[in-house]
Amino acid sequence: MSGSVMRFLAAPIFVFILAFIPVPAKAIEIQRVISDGGVEAWLVEDHSLPIVSVRFLFPGGAATDPEGREGLANMVSGLLDEGAGELDSQTFQRRLSDESISLSFSASRDTFGGALKTLTRNRDEAFELLHLALTEPRFDADAVARIRAQILAGIAAGANNPGRIAQQTFWEATFPNHPYARRVEGTAESVETITEDDLRTFVSRRLARSELIVGVVGDITTDELKRLLDSTFGDLPERAEAFTIPRAEPAAAGEVIVVEKENPQSRVVFGQKGLYRDDPDYYAALVLNHILGGGSFTSRLYEEVREKRGLAYSVYSYLLPMDNAALWMGGAGTENATVSVSVELVRNQWANARAFGVSQEELEKAKSNLIGSFGLRFDNSSAIAGMLVGVQRRDLGIEYLNERNSLIERVTLEDVNRVAKRVLDPDALTVVIVGNPDNVDATHTIREDG
Amino acid sequence: MQTGNSVKRSVRCWALALAMGPLLAVPAAAQVFNPVTAELDNGMQVVVIENDRAPVVTHMVWYRVGAADEPAGKSGIAHYLEHLMFKGTENRAPGEFSEIVASLGGRENAFTSQDYTGYFQTIAPQHLETMMELEADRMTGLVLSDEIIEPERRVILEERLSRTENNPRALLSEQVRAATYLNHPYRLPIIGWAHEIETLTREDLEVFYKTWYAPNNAILVVSGDVDAQDVIRLARTHYGPIPRRDLPPRIRPSEPPQRAPREVILEDPRVEQPSWSRRYLAPSYNSGETEHAYALEVLSEIIGGGTTARIYRSLVVEAELAASAGAWYAPDALDLTTFGFWFSPRPGVAIEDVEAAIDAQIAALLENGVTEDELARAQRRLIDSAIFARDSVSGPARVFGAALASGQTAADVEDWPDRILGVTVEDINEAARAVFDPARATTGILLTAPEGDRS
Repeated sequence: MSGSVMRFLAAPIFVFILAFIPVPAKAIEIQRVISDGGVEAWLVEDHSLPIVSVRFLFPGGAATDPEGREGLANMVSGLLDEGAGELDSQTFQRRLSDESISLSFSASRDTFGGALKTLTRNRDEAFELLHLALTEPRFDADAVARIRAQILAGIAAGANNPGRIAQQTFWEATFPNHPYARRVEGTAESVETITEDDLRTFVSRRLARSELIVGVVGDITTDELKRLLDSTFGDLPERAEAFTIPRAEPAAAGEVIVVEKENPQSRVVFGQKGLYRDDPDYYAALVLNHILGGGSFTSRLYEEVREKRGLAYSVYSYLLPMDNAALWMGGAGTENATVSVSVELVRNQWANARAFGVSQEELEKAKSNLIGSFGLRFDNSSAIAGMLVGVQRRDLGIEYLNERNSLIERVTLEDVNRVAKRVLDPDALTVVIVGNPDNVDATHTIREDG
Repeated sequence: MQTGNSVKRSVRCWALALAMGPLLAVPAAAQVFNPVTAELDNGMQVVVIENDRAPVVTHMVWYRVGAADEPAGKSGIAHYLEHLMFKGTENRAPGEFSEIVASLGGRENAFTSQDYTGYFQTIAPQHLETMMELEADRMTGLVLSDEIIEPERRVILEERLSRTENNPRALLSEQVRAATYLNHPYRLPIIGWAHEIETLTREDLEVFYKTWYAPNNAILVVSGDVDAQDVIRLARTHYGPIPRRDLPPRIRPSEPPQRAPREVILEDPRVEQPSWSRRYLAPSYNSGETEHAYALEVLSEIIGGGTTARIYRSLVVEAELAASAGAWYAPDALDLTTFGFWFSPRPGVAIEDVEAAIDAQIAALLENGVTEDELARAQRRLIDSAIFARDSVSGPARVFGAALASGQTAADVEDWPDRILGVTVEDINEAARAVFDPARATTGILLTAPEGDRS
């Protein structure tokens, strides 16, 4: 999208019902479906289009990769649809493409999951291909070599991407000696060493029924879904192998790390300790973050850094709660000569919000936007299926989607200002700058090849 | 953000084209959207797509003006103006527009392409009228001052640094575009050249605004949980009173015949993974030998539509030369477009070896053509993609906006599946011969700088 003022390219846009806005109510009705074999899924039936969208998730992602085999979960995600059962890679892929079935897998730090989207007429075939991929992946040598080459090419292509370097430097500094410091895709060295045996071990240990989460949206009834849940997931092992990822406190508080790169613009990533998703103050923090740097064209950071001074095209902050660590993060891109000013403005906004809180008017506007825009996230069936999975994963309850806005509505000025004092700490911000910045007092400098 | 990861293949899923926005070829879906169209007395076109699956509406206004309509030497005006449209009007203070949209729980944004500029909000349906009021207000009432435009100029220069200067791949793509078009303004980057952005004046921007922003140069597209007749009534109320303007012709110098292939090589120490692309000048729906456009769309699916298509299968799977590879075609340009091929070599494989393999594929295509079987499979996938396109509120709005802003009609969009189904093997083979002339190619190669160039 060159030439667009869009800030977040892939920001999902959803649509939903607001409890207090008088729209014709179309509350999303979620059914909890449990198959005869005991597989559970949440379902939103919608027969207006001949389409079914499925999302599914297993706990245990890249953070469980063995030492030296970083990138394993990610590599498995690239290979499950590269041949399974009797079907070699091209035959499997041909089935998908001839029947217009989209099937993909992905790994994050904490999870391994996937998405299936199909027309109703190919529904059984689609679920059967998913079943094969999960239970009988082939890992043929040529397919493994091909996907390995793609991952290596991706790592090489991103090696000098300022945004990626900034993120990676931040994670390494913040979580030393913790799996979160590692890249999901691994390193060139680790990816080279992953064997077929590693891939099979991951599948047998991680893909199990006990913690499987499924969300389904579209043209399917509960009875049809029950049958397909059993035929698709029924013969996965009952239990996944237990794993432990220790909880991590962000390190490197207050550090300013410069990674020297010959780029005209410095890329900045900053962050500090945040809040876990189940923290009672989470919703207040969400509102505070919206005011600080979350609201697209209206936040304090946007106003100070972009609107008043024209220092950056994008500047933002966001909450990142993970399973075993929580961050309050942000980023910006500013030319080398003025990046120190941008960083100072971020710190000032952090300090200002902590010391003086926010105004009643800011609070009301932020809540109004967060409440009104929640519904926009329900734009399409895949997005809704994704939310069904997310809600189950965080254990928010089947009524969550209809209750979420009242949780925001309940946030008070006292809540927000208390959270600002409790959490925001300008001196704790870890700042990573990738570029050739002027006038920056770095606590560490990382030089090329050094 | 950045915690998820997906391994592969930007070429995998054609339905993704919709999610990638209006600047890419969008497979329209037809006889499915059933739009209601109208024209206001002042010439503004209206398209409404009713969709009550979710209580939301997307409201878009598209102007038939883009970067390729800028005066010579003033690249970047269209995009700069797009940014400035979020500042104040005679009736609204700077920032008020976004404040109102935000407070109503809406999402908004805008985009600029070579051929059009668009503005949109997605919001609960009861706020549609407010969106129209705001959008109509800024169609003619924009107020520009130096205090407004100077900080925004810096923002845009930062945007250029982020998008282009910091990214060797984007730098090469800009050079390749400039080499592909000798004479047509598509040779210029949408965001503009930095040295020209620096010199654009308030008057340049105002003249451009007053010349092109007019109801008879605009398309209103509304998609979502609305009643079409209500929307048309609201449009009459809010957009109807804006007087039409005399519009100048869009001056688009055309390309001379290309007599020789062109090649652009960018070597940059920041590059660790080389890549290659080649574009052939090609007709669009609207320009050149337009009878080939639908055949080229099907051809692009046959050779570039995912992991079982010819290019990926032969280069990535069978020959094991490329890490990834594909083809693309963007038929909805107002003027001559391009049909492109691309690959990233596997680690350790020379660019020339993969290029030779892709040349062999193109030669085989010209020699033997495509098969009935390939045609039927590609047609089915494309027709199916039209069904998937309905699974969105904002997607169909973008399809119609892009089509109408690029010389097509709503009926063209609705007829798209029939036209795809009407393509024959002979049509495809003839289109391939018309387009894949080695003399009409521009190749771009991204390489790492030799060791000696590293400081």
